[in-house]
Amino acid sequence: MAGLATAFGSGAMTNSINQLLQTNVILLVGANTTEAHPVTGYRIKQAVKDGSRLIVVDPRKIELVRYADLWLRIRPGTNVALLNGLAHVIMRDDLWDKQFVAERSEGFEEWRQGLEQYTPEYVANICGIKPELIEEAAHLYAQAEKATTVYAMGITQHTSGTNNVFAIANLAMVTGQVGREGAGVAPLRGQNNVQGSCDMGALPNYYPSYRFVDDSAARQDLEKAWGVSPEAGAPGQPNGQGPAGLPVEPGLTVTEMMKAADRGEIKAMYIMGENPVLSDPDANHVIEALKKLDFLVVQDIFLTETAELADVVLPAASFAEKEGTFTNTERRIQRVRKALEPPGEAKPDWLILVELANHLGRPWHYPRGPEEIMEEIARVTPLYGGISYARLEETGIQWPCPTPDHPGTPWLHAEKFTRGKGRFHRVEHLPPAEEPDREYPLLLTTGRMLYHFHTGTMSRRSKRLEAIHDHELAMLNPDDASHYGICDGDTVQVESRRGKVKTKVQVTDHVPPGVLFMTFHFKETATNLLTNAAVDPICKIPELKACAVRVSKV
Amino acid sequence: MERITVTINGNQYQALKGSTILKAAEANNIHIPTMCYEEGLSIPGCCRMCVVEVKGARKLLAACTTPVTEGMEIQTESDRVVEARKDILRLYLASHDLRCLTCERNGDCRLQDYCYRYKVEDTPYRGEQKKYPVDISNPFFFRDYSKCIMCGKCVRVCAEINGAYVYDFMEKGFDSKVTSAFDDPNQETACTFCGMCVQVCPVAALVEKSVMWAGRPWEMQKVKTTCPYCGVGCQLKLKVKDGRIIGVAKDKSGSNLGHLCVKGQFGWEYVHSPDRLTRPLLRKNGKLEPVSWEDAYNHIARRLSSIRDQYGGQALAGLSSAKCTNEENYLFQKFMRTLIHTNNVDHCARL
Repeated sequence: MAGLATAFGSGAMTNSINQLLQTNVILLVGANTTEAHPVTGYRIKQAVKDGSRLIVVDPRKIELVRYADLWLRIRPGTNVALLNGLAHVIMRDDLWDKQFVAERSEGFEEWRQGLEQYTPEYVANICGIKPELIEEAAHLYAQAEKATTVYAMGITQHTSGTNNVFAIANLAMVTGQVGREGAGVAPLRGQNNVQGSCDMGALPNYYPSYRFVDDSAARQDLEKAWGVSPEAGAPGQPNGQGPAGLPVEPGLTVTEMMKAADRGEIKAMYIMGENPVLSDPDANHVIEALKKLDFLVVQDIFLTETAELADVVLPAASFAEKEGTFTNTERRIQRVRKALEPPGEAKPDWLILVELANHLGRPWHYPRGPEEIMEEIARVTPLYGGISYARLEETGIQWPCPTPDHPGTPWLHAEKFTRGKGRFHRVEHLPPAEEPDREYPLLLTTGRMLYHFHTGTMSRRSKRLEAIHDHELAMLNPDDASHYGICDGDTVQVESRRGKVKTKVQVTDHVPPGVLFMTFHFKETATNLLTNAAVDPICKIPELKACAVRVSKV
Repeated sequence: MERITVTINGNQYQALKGSTILKAAEANNIHIPTMCYEEGLSIPGCCRMCVVEVKGARKLLAACTTPVTEGMEIQTESDRVVEARKDILRLYLASHDLRCLTCERNGDCRLQDYCYRYKVEDTPYRGEQKKYPVDISNPFFFRDYSKCIMCGKCVRVCAEINGAYVYDFMEKGFDSKVTSAFDDPNQETACTFCGMCVQVCPVAALVEKSVMWAGRPWEMQKVKTTCPYCGVGCQLKLKVKDGRIIGVAKDKSGSNLGHLCVKGQFGWEYVHSPDRLTRPLLRKNGKLEPVSWEDAYNHIARRLSSIRDQYGGQALAGLSSAKCTNEENYLFQKFMRTLIHTNNVDHCARL
């Protein structure tokens, strides 16, 4: 998200899901849509059947490879080299959009100089593909009337994640493939409301609407709106003491929080609806860190692996038991409606927060519930300024929607980029933080499969999904399988420098030689015991897509 | 868009040039019955339920495939049209499992609705009846081809939207049937169990297992909401009876246009899992034990404020949730920033 936000001024998907049907060329990089975002996967297939061209960049032989005109099976962690290589060919063959670059971008010259060494031959060698493929893909993308780049965690979950996104943004700008209906950049959000959580400022450096916490104008606005006095010792301050106003220092990200907890700097945590023990990299480290806390509150619908470590566990309501809104990957704010009562004494998360605030001496009061909270959101969140439940009754609205009469925004950056001019960023290829070596010779990459979701908390308690698929099935290339004497269906131990797990193996050319693929859906095979918590230096996303492991038959 | 004038059942209406008779009629609130037509799929025009009489045309024309032309005069319910539709319905009834009493689609069945609309009580066409075994082998839905009317919507939605190409027409004449290759059960095909075939079936040839014996269609409340799984944000309707979800119906108002995947269609059972937390728990002597909300709140308020006051807000951190609503995320960050006095708030956006 930081990458696109820096390049364009907004980290969100630029266009709408159904505009994929109007796109002439789709460049799909590091996104297994037919399993992780199936309905978007349907749209890509529909587009191809309708005549669109598809370029798939993925080490895995994902389902959409069957629909692709070109498949660039690059080595994991070599995205920057490839994307720079595409740009090199576009410049070399004079296929760039000079007017777009001149009028709408900055930083072009410096960026251009950085491309020189990324010749097709140089890149082909890094990525392990043929140079002609790079040239063909570059021509196809640059010459399309409308092209869209679709990407997901295969791009972001690397130590070079932000650079990967910069490289995608560079490519879109140099070819003018952004800011039009059907032409843009589409990061696909993994969770139902990742977009909304970010919009609402559930981030260490942003208030709602992506206003920086160290922007004093934003801070003053919110101090006023939230009734926090900017004077020290005033009511509303902790214990009537403490520093003045809202905190100025940007906070810590999840991965940093765990490290700070491990060092004893974080003493207490409040975790609402997350399961970092299974979702975060290097799970052993996460468990140790959480155990060191003086106090841990977990609020969830199940006693998750994280909740088991808590001092207090609060029972929450599921999506079917409360009113509210989710914001989808195309920035569309949509209603969630109450269909049932929560079980037992469980309560919706918003109500728990209000009541807990009351117990901490704050007179939070929303008698009309989430609808009234949305009214407050609209007042302090310019992107949501025109949103109200009345307007969301029939169908959702795509932000920015600043006023009650604004129809919403199907595509961003139409006249100018959110930040004014789009910014080119020179990026260089760097290998993953941990590469296979003699001791740990295979590269583990992780992801999702169709029938389950994230840490399995929801999908594995849906017995019909569980009936179809109930265990991890790691994917190993036939070459590696024969080298290690492993057969399809065998149980193996997978070991990294951080931990080990047992799993069944599927022998398949879905993965290239030297690569092992696993999901993180199954707690019996907690794949994140293996993964590396090394993070991207800018947006702090951990490198879940590449770490070194070894396998042995058990 | 250019508009033209057409006459339907003696009244003049405006219609978009290039639209079909069916679309022009629907736009003017005139309902023509259809079996094989489904918005968003290709139009085979094979069921002939939508036939209408057009002045100057020798034969009845299928409304779903015939474009309107300037001055066209259309009769949608003339004697000739109604007689043709009745005959089609009688042919359907000639080989249809008529155990409507216990059929899950009773009250929500196109065949039943149209037989009622055209007063078709019986069929004069007597002969062999199709009797296929019901396939109940997959966990999500059953296939009962004795009730199939061969509209082919499942064939098209699977091929044209999902791309799995599981179904097709097999055999000819009376023996023809819609099925998978070699009649294989779905779990042995490329089926991804998105359930879209179930959603488009106009009768009870494909039915969600979860609604079996769970309630009649008219007893179910349908609550429109947003899928809780991935970021696509599919719109769907929860079928609710007696405080429990029993299934999912499609909703066409969102970007998903009524399309879903296996998780949205069938992945809701966790809501009723016996593992759900139902009471606040507090750790006492190393064990989590049930307490009242009041005790839980008081304990949390005391501990959070004492740690905040002793070490400052920077010693606390909060994880909000990409599974929670906007309203909840908003309150959570407001809670951490204004009550705990820290910007240490994040969620799993990066994972």
